[in-house]
Amino acid sequence: MKRTPYTRTALAVISGLGLLALGGCEPGHKQTVQYGYRGTGMNQIIDVKHMVSPGTIPDAPYPLPADGGPKAGETYQNVKVLSGVSTERFNHLMAEISQWVAPPEQGCAYCHNPENMASDEKYTKVVARRMLQMTQTINSTWSPHVQKVGVTCYTCHRGNAVPANKWALSAGAPHPGSILGDRHDQNPVSADAAYSDLPTTGFADYLLGAKNIRVYGTTVLPKYDGKGASVQTAEKSYGLMMHMSKALGVNCTFCHNTQAFGAWNLSRPQRATAWYGIRMVRDINNTYISSLQSVFPDNHDRKGPMGDPYKVNCTTCHQGVNKPLGGVSMMAQAPALWGPVAPYTAHAGAAAAEPAAAPAAAPADAAKPAPLAMNGAGPGTAAK
Amino acid sequence: MARYQNMFTQVQLRGPLEAGPPLRNATFTRTGPGFYNYWMGKFGNAQIGPIYLGTLGMASLIFAFLSFEIIGLNMWASVGWNPVQFVRMLPWLALEPPGPEYGFSMFVPLNKGGWWLIAGFCMTTALILWFLRTYIRARALGMGTHVAWAFAAGIFLIITLGFIRPMLMGSWAEAVPFGIFPHLDWTAAFSIRYGNLFYNPFHCLSIVFLYGSTLLFAMHGATILAVGRYGGEREIEQITDRGTASERAALFWRWTMGFNATMESIHRWAWWFAVLTPLTGGIGILLTGTVVDNWYMWAVMHHYAPGYPGTGVIDPATLPGAPK
Repeated sequence: MKRTPYTRTALAVISGLGLLALGGCEPGHKQTVQYGYRGTGMNQIIDVKHMVSPGTIPDAPYPLPADGGPKAGETYQNVKVLSGVSTERFNHLMAEISQWVAPPEQGCAYCHNPENMASDEKYTKVVARRMLQMTQTINSTWSPHVQKVGVTCYTCHRGNAVPANKWALSAGAPHPGSILGDRHDQNPVSADAAYSDLPTTGFADYLLGAKNIRVYGTTVLPKYDGKGASVQTAEKSYGLMMHMSKALGVNCTFCHNTQAFGAWNLSRPQRATAWYGIRMVRDINNTYISSLQSVFPDNHDRKGPMGDPYKVNCTTCHQGVNKPLGGVSMMAQAPALWGPVAPYTAHAGAAAAEPAAAPAAAPADAAKPAPLAMNGAGPGTAAK
Repeated sequence: MARYQNMFTQVQLRGPLEAGPPLRNATFTRTGPGFYNYWMGKFGNAQIGPIYLGTLGMASLIFAFLSFEIIGLNMWASVGWNPVQFVRMLPWLALEPPGPEYGFSMFVPLNKGGWWLIAGFCMTTALILWFLRTYIRARALGMGTHVAWAFAAGIFLIITLGFIRPMLMGSWAEAVPFGIFPHLDWTAAFSIRYGNLFYNPFHCLSIVFLYGSTLLFAMHGATILAVGRYGGEREIEQITDRGTASERAALFWRWTMGFNATMESIHRWAWWFAVLTPLTGGIGILLTGTVVDNWYMWAVMHHYAPGYPGTGVIDPATLPGAPK
């Protein structure tokens, strides 16, 4: 049979369309790692070309000085959180914070009044103090999530005064009274749900509010108690999961066995780590960031459209990698950030001389660690 | 010399346009004389029309248009009537059903899912009217009503997803949104919520019939094309003769797999496979959440899914002193 020009044209068109369809593929080398029982699809597929760099930890401004000598609370006025740290190490940490957070052109003056370093007149200093408490709480009580690696200001800030990845409450429907235009908080092309069209209420629901993600049926047969989650609720938790996947640069199977998403006994231990992470972020957003609502200026660099300060989600620290900063601990260069430091109390003689002043200088509620308990701790100590 | 072929036919006949048999019990006459289109002739018959719409066809199109407009205008409104954003974000845009707080109420504010109810009603009405139209047109031609019932099987699945199951569950929040990506997300969330739909045996059956349909379609299409040179598309009139396309086609399958469908039974196979795809799928949807809450656990209980070794991970919420 002789091929006609039409056949040739048709074949060319069909093969051209086929090639076009391949345009949706991601060419390049892939790394596949098996993470679970064979045949269950527990694999991580890593697109090597698009792997995110975990970031590099900057060198300390100068080597960490030896501990000892006068305490910061002894040397300086108005030291509330780190009064028990030696002056040498306190100065070292201040230099590091300046390097990690403050814009270089402002340096110390970003938080301090150079004329009076002890003054709290700049709001940034009040925020920084609260953030120090937060960092200590994370490192001392949230070890189920941050393990022994811990975090420092740099984990989130990376040299920026405001961490690059943050969120605030959404403005909601533009015309709430209208019969049109309500998107039900979903279907935008948004990085918050990893460019899926899933609901983006996950941050407000689970990372600020205490809604439970557990939508998965727990019994074979329905309970008919009216408490089962709807498919729409499942979509809301799914939106948050997409965020987590994107934030960590991992597939669903990094934590879950997709055969049974909700079954803990088939999941990887990373899922429990993430479970604590959700609660850690919730604690950060409620106890630390929301408490600074009145401290932050009404400024769109600091507050979202609803006037609430910018908050933390998984990307704030993780930034596309499952271990922020490659899982390298910065403890050796900033030990004061690990756990509350016993406050400096003036010597007995001094206390006797100024009975009223010494207790006032002591960090009464400032160094109060968040009363959180993890595995094995006694019941009744859970914060919320 | 031009040759007659049965795919991408190279010979297009031109003559007086064919109007078809006279109408019986019809309220409308066919519209216009019809026309020839060369490129349509590459795929099928070169004659387009005349079309018969009738009362049911017109009513169906009106409801379909209403539903299309309600969905499209809601999507457009959701991007602030911006035409560029409407095109760019179209795959993401949706018309969402009411939330769980409204239960199965018929009276939902328009912007909270009321539009979804109206659009769903219009779409369902349009589909049912079109079903009646295919039924009545087939009867008017003295045909069987197989096409209408096959269409009805698809409508059953749509109504199950959007009306019957939400009614049984008592909540519109179980229903599928209108939208390209949104309806796919619903599918994934539905499977996650109810313990993995892959362990739903009716889902399995539906997949069998779906893939089976494509297999049968490919086998039958290939067979008829392969005997096209003997006039294989004139299947039925050749059944009883020796050496015909029909006999060769039958022999081919008997030689290669020991069994052959007949010229009639192959079409029954194809029809049932196609019809059972949405029917079994619809049954699987109906049972989910109403009769079975977690298909994975159900499958393990019935030794239908293997129990894989556990990883030893414990739900942290069950540990003493765990944060809530």
